[in-house]
Amino acid sequence: MGVSEWTVRGIVRRMLPVLVVLTAIELGSGIVLNTFEATLLRYPTLLVLVPVTIGMAGNLGSILAARFSTALHLGLLSFDVDDDRLVGNAIATMALAVTVFPLMGAGAWLLQKVVGGTRLTLPTVVGVALLSGTVLAALAVAVTTITTYAAYRFELNPDDVVIPVVTNVCDVLGVLVLFGAVRILV
Amino acid sequence: MTVREVARQAYRESLPVLALSAVGGLFAGVVLGGMDAELEQVAGLLVLVPALLATRGNVYGSLGARLGSALHQGLVDPTFSTDDERVNAAVAAALANGVLISGIAAVLTVALLSALERPSASLATLVAIALLAGFISGVLLTVAVVSVVFVGYRRGLNPDTLAGPVVTTTGDVVGVATLLVATRIVLALGGG
Repeated sequence: MGVSEWTVRGIVRRMLPVLVVLTAIELGSGIVLNTFEATLLRYPTLLVLVPVTIGMAGNLGSILAARFSTALHLGLLSFDVDDDRLVGNAIATMALAVTVFPLMGAGAWLLQKVVGGTRLTLPTVVGVALLSGTVLAALAVAVTTITTYAAYRFELNPDDVVIPVVTNVCDVLGVLVLFGAVRILV
Repeated sequence: MTVREVARQAYRESLPVLALSAVGGLFAGVVLGGMDAELEQVAGLLVLVPALLATRGNVYGSLGARLGSALHQGLVDPTFSTDDERVNAAVAAALANGVLISGIAAVLTVALLSALERPSASLATLVAIALLAGFISGVLLTVAVVSVVFVGYRRGLNPDTLAGPVVTTTGDVVGVATLLVATRIVLALGGG
């Protein structure tokens, strides 16, 4: 811990470069949103789904990353398809997505119905949310496993590296997958 | 532990936090869904949304973590006063980071849209909206994070487990709502 630990200049100097990199990644998902902006504006219910889908994709990834990281520190994780912790946490991530995403879809539909009316049916919105959530959970498991393994191989502390990478990559994937689900179902 | 036990424990531990952040995210979504007129009027505003939301979490989540660690180490007192230099520096740095990165995001957005030859509002409009939204949301989130961390600590709760959920639930709502307010102010002042 240097003298700059608690100075404004020190904190800004350490954090700003990281923030710029993360912002550049996030602008990728902004550009994807821009690509299907016309569809989002025509169906505001889908716009309601945007922040919660981004947030949930990042949350699923970061929770899994934190659990893998702790297990790795404790020497309880091996990168093997038979590893109980690896498989168990992957299954939990899928189960969480399948539980939460349809509820999010129903919530988005209901709130938009109350606030401004909706042109999409409840099954369509729940379907978009469920399809996005299932694909996102699978991608979150893949991205987290690969990133944690890479950190482990390169002897980096997974706490420092994996969580920011996984959270922001999952944010971008969230928008991409939502875009794909809308293309298929709407 | 068997696969089933691992999966069950991970599911039970994660569900409450995810449910809480889903509620926050949905309210943010309702605000975003209601600002379709502004999104249509200011081309490129939607591009900023993911970056601004992520920034709120990254900057003010980090402020919460920093204050939490400092409380555990006894470096700061959990009292609301203006003469704790460490708290002042941490708050000022978070606000500076939050406002600066919002402005940078707006500049990058305009550059990116022009490189892709897509329509974009003027640089001045988007930068003004981003800076204003960054400042207002920064003040609100700083008050929220400092209050929850200090009050929680005084009541014997672990600030490390408080800051995260507070930022994830309030960050999205505050982020989108302040973006709407800032856009309306800038449009009223003649931007667009």
